[in-house]
Amino acid sequence: MSIAASRRPIWKERPSPFYQSVKTLVLGGFAVAIIVPIMVVISTSLASDQDIIDAGGYVLWPSHPTVKAYETLFSGGLMARAIGVSVFVTLVGTAIALATTIALAYATSRPVLFGRPVLLMVLFTLLFAPGIIPMFLVVKQLGLIDSLWSLILPGALGAFNFIVLRTFFMNVPAELLESARIDGASDFTILRRVVMPLSKAVIAVVGLFYAVGFWNAFFNALLYLNDTSKWPVQVILRTYVLQGKSLSADQLGVEPLPQPQSLQMAVVVVALVPIALVYPFLQRHFTKGVITGAVKG
Amino acid sequence: METLVATQRPETAEPAPRPPDVRRTAKLPLSVRWRRDWQMVLLMIPGVLFLLVFFYLPVIGNVVAFQDFQPFLGIMHSEWNGVQNFVNLYANPDFWDALRNTLVLALVQLVLFFPVPLALALIVDSLVSNRIRRAFQTVAYLPHFLSWVLVIALFQQSLGGAGFVNNLLRQAGLDPIPFMTNPDTFPLLVVAQLVWKDAGWAMIIFLAALTSVDVALYEAAAADGAGRWRRLWHITLPSMRTVIVLLLILRIGDVLSVGFEQFILQRDSVGPGAAEVLDTFTYYAGVVGGDWSSGAAAGLAKGVISALLLWGANTIAHKLGEPGIFQKRGQQ
Repeated sequence: MSIAASRRPIWKERPSPFYQSVKTLVLGGFAVAIIVPIMVVISTSLASDQDIIDAGGYVLWPSHPTVKAYETLFSGGLMARAIGVSVFVTLVGTAIALATTIALAYATSRPVLFGRPVLLMVLFTLLFAPGIIPMFLVVKQLGLIDSLWSLILPGALGAFNFIVLRTFFMNVPAELLESARIDGASDFTILRRVVMPLSKAVIAVVGLFYAVGFWNAFFNALLYLNDTSKWPVQVILRTYVLQGKSLSADQLGVEPLPQPQSLQMAVVVVALVPIALVYPFLQRHFTKGVITGAVKG
Repeated sequence: METLVATQRPETAEPAPRPPDVRRTAKLPLSVRWRRDWQMVLLMIPGVLFLLVFFYLPVIGNVVAFQDFQPFLGIMHSEWNGVQNFVNLYANPDFWDALRNTLVLALVQLVLFFPVPLALALIVDSLVSNRIRRAFQTVAYLPHFLSWVLVIALFQQSLGGAGFVNNLLRQAGLDPIPFMTNPDTFPLLVVAQLVWKDAGWAMIIFLAALTSVDVALYEAAAADGAGRWRRLWHITLPSMRTVIVLLLILRIGDVLSVGFEQFILQRDSVGPGAAEVLDTFTYYAGVVGGDWSSGAAAGLAKGVISALLLWGANTIAHKLGEPGIFQKRGQQ
């Protein structure tokens, strides 16, 4: 299929050198603008103190790469705890959110009792946002302030992810479910043994969306967590990189500290790496997932 | 191989007539349906609970906008004060500043951001080499998955006062440019960040729409002597009209929410004069300043106006004969 698409249609003229170069410039420029900042950050985090001093702050390519900044960050204290918090919130949050969304999406994907009103209940959330203050009050009333659950539970059902899954589940052939039912399978079994194995790719995509959401969540943490020891990576990133407060040896639990530049960049990289790691594995699936959701939704 | 979206024919264009489900929706007595469906109903419960607690309860909680809310008294015991909070908002110049900033930033984003993904998609679609196309897509999608904190940190490290661009300028003997702290150019900075983060991602949907354009139309047009620009104008763009309208509607419904995190993160460096929007106003007045009722009133006003805008845009789209986002009822 892709080979056919790569052949130039006969009616299409050869691109002129002018258009060729415009295209190259636009797409190349866009890609470079994305890659270069990321590369500089990674390089600087790996640079030695001398590299940084020589380059006057930023390094395009570290000549004496060292992982000292990372050793410092992971050696304990504030940053190590923050990574733990973020990993916990991401893993637990994604698991809960996936389970909830899959169950709800499957149940509303068939014409069942209460299916219609529940579907409308979800779709209404796309129209209206409840607002920051009432949300805060509810979380507070539930006693979740300063609890990590305040980062997890409010994000446990995303309407968009729900639509992606539901659309996919609706396209599972009814005959398949029918035959499973005739064989005596319950709805639970059908979901677990028939529908979910068929939807692995979509579930992976939705899982990625949830995981990225939990990993990136910044505002909820700012809103609900006063206790610095429960801060996730994103809040650390804001406080010590964006606002420029410096991490003290005390907070990190080690000394002497490497160059603040490489330390800051290492914080940035820590926030970046998990996403850079899962991205290539799921990238081939997600366009399909997005489009399933968007076309129907 | 078949993962590259741009080369796929979408199978969703015309949904095939579905065979009747094993569950007939015919009028069955409730007890029968319950006995048949109870497991499905059970599967709905966790999701419905989350919706009730973390969406519908806060929606009801918006009543604090009509109260003189005191946290230690709680919603049940706080005094009602009618529309007083809205009257106060009306008299509050900060609120109007926030509203004006919101609208200006939204407009700038709509005008400057919206065409970018469409243009990128048209260029990418015209690429012949699949390798280049895929490589570009991989790079372009990536920033969407980075958090706003990270994106702004990257911008700061690149364009900030001590960032590497200004470092280079200084080394070249030029004056550094305050990209990140100038309130006058803040809207442009915001659009640049948005383009950097999301233009590639927003391209996906246009690419998908492009694959569904009928190739025979191009062939016929080319046979009739239409050049590439005529084909673009008379075939490609009209074929994508539905998708373009759909995305415009969604954007309009989201207009008042212009990147919240983006602003809260940059409000300190740029100053509230340029970076205060309705959402940050709500946060700073309500949660930080302790004026819960004003914050809630601003938030509620924003929510209601957004919902009305979305509905209005969709109605206009319907009038123009486009499907819009909310289809007519009756389709499952």
